[in-house]
Amino acid sequence: MNYNWDWGVLLQEPYFDWLVSGFSWTITVSLVAWVLAFSLGSIVGILRTTDSKFLRAIGTGYVEFFRNIPLLVQMFLWYFVFPELLPESAGMWVKRGMPMPEFTTAAICLGLYTASRVGEQVRAGILAVGIGQRNAGLAMGLTPAQVYRFVLVPVSYRIIIPPLTSEFLTIFKNSSLALTIGVLELTAQARQIEEYTFQGFEAFTAATLLYICVTSIVMLIMRVVEGKAAIPGMISLGAK
Amino acid sequence: MLGNFDWKVVTDNIPFLWQGMQITLLLTVIAILGGIFLGTLLALSRLSGFKPLSFVAGTYVNFFRSMPLILVIFWFYFLVPLLLGRPVGGFYSVLIAFVLFEAAYYCEIIRAGIQSVREGQVHSGQALGFTYAQNMRYIVLPQAFRNMIPILLTQAIILFQDTSLVYVVGVKDFLVSADLIANRENRVLEMFTIAAAVYFVLCLSGSLFIKRLQRNYVQ
Repeated sequence: MNYNWDWGVLLQEPYFDWLVSGFSWTITVSLVAWVLAFSLGSIVGILRTTDSKFLRAIGTGYVEFFRNIPLLVQMFLWYFVFPELLPESAGMWVKRGMPMPEFTTAAICLGLYTASRVGEQVRAGILAVGIGQRNAGLAMGLTPAQVYRFVLVPVSYRIIIPPLTSEFLTIFKNSSLALTIGVLELTAQARQIEEYTFQGFEAFTAATLLYICVTSIVMLIMRVVEGKAAIPGMISLGAK
Repeated sequence: MLGNFDWKVVTDNIPFLWQGMQITLLLTVIAILGGIFLGTLLALSRLSGFKPLSFVAGTYVNFFRSMPLILVIFWFYFLVPLLLGRPVGGFYSVLIAFVLFEAAYYCEIIRAGIQSVREGQVHSGQALGFTYAQNMRYIVLPQAFRNMIPILLTQAIILFQDTSLVYVVGVKDFLVSADLIANRENRVLEMFTIAAAVYFVLCLSGSLFIKRLQRNYVQ
């Protein structure tokens, strides 16, 4: 194997800046997408557990649609196809007018996709809380909406912290797909450094370590949160 | 708009798309088989009483699971030719990347499957005088794989979707073929919509099949 090691390249300008900016894009895309995925996913999960057949069908349809198309294809659909389906001026705005079109599209696409996965976790959580709690709430005179608001949703969030953590890590890793529509996030910057300097080993190692660091930190933090949020007497869904 | 949807560009290019789909399917099948094989070895190592072995397997799994697949693809696209000292083409690089990456996920599924086999089964095997290998081969693994079939198939669908990521290194799979036609004929709308529809129909039928299997399976 012929390879000229040069770890110093990572600290040179502009490559160091590229890594830093790539890393911050990765974090930004992940967090924005997560806010969307978590809120929309909660709604989807709740819809799938309601008594109304119609609402359940909407929730199921959402999940099946987003789960059965590869994320990369969804990325292209939002970026290339969606603007074409709009009236011309709106399409132009989506392509050029809106602030940071690539970033916005990537974050929304990733958020909508992950919402379907979060929805499944929320649904599993609500089902795990059980019919007894729901009936107890109703018997106390709460409206169905109140039962969700004060009983089912808060309790289920506390049970599903472990699977939600892994969904967050999935979104974090999937944010690398944003590079396919031109967001220069961490993986894209590592690749770019490789192309400019031929120091692929160093560039990819740097990116890999950054990914592993964030993953480990998130896991450590969430382990503490999980311990604090655990409800005595209830088994969390992720526990082995 | 959909009114000007040009079906002809799709029907004209069916043979070309089918070629791409064959690459996608080939990649999926080899990655599944290789991933399950390597994943089983990793799972047995992780569960082994020999600490260094289970540590190595655990590190392997955690390492691959904390990396994005695209980065793994880039790694191997860069590494494989370097290690072999000659260009091998994108397909073999991504194939190795997929097998090694998926093995980490399969390992966790198989580990859970092995742990789902009741301990009494292992003990009775030992009482019959089976060696460790015989016990695994004849008692534990057959029951474990039976329990795992739905999850293994679900993972296969995820893997099928993930193969679209070979786009980043330009291996001519189904999506890249659609992309090539889209750019050549300037028909982005049609080609990506069709690509999405094909993936959707295949994956949905797959997951409906798994659901049915699960229903018939629960005794």
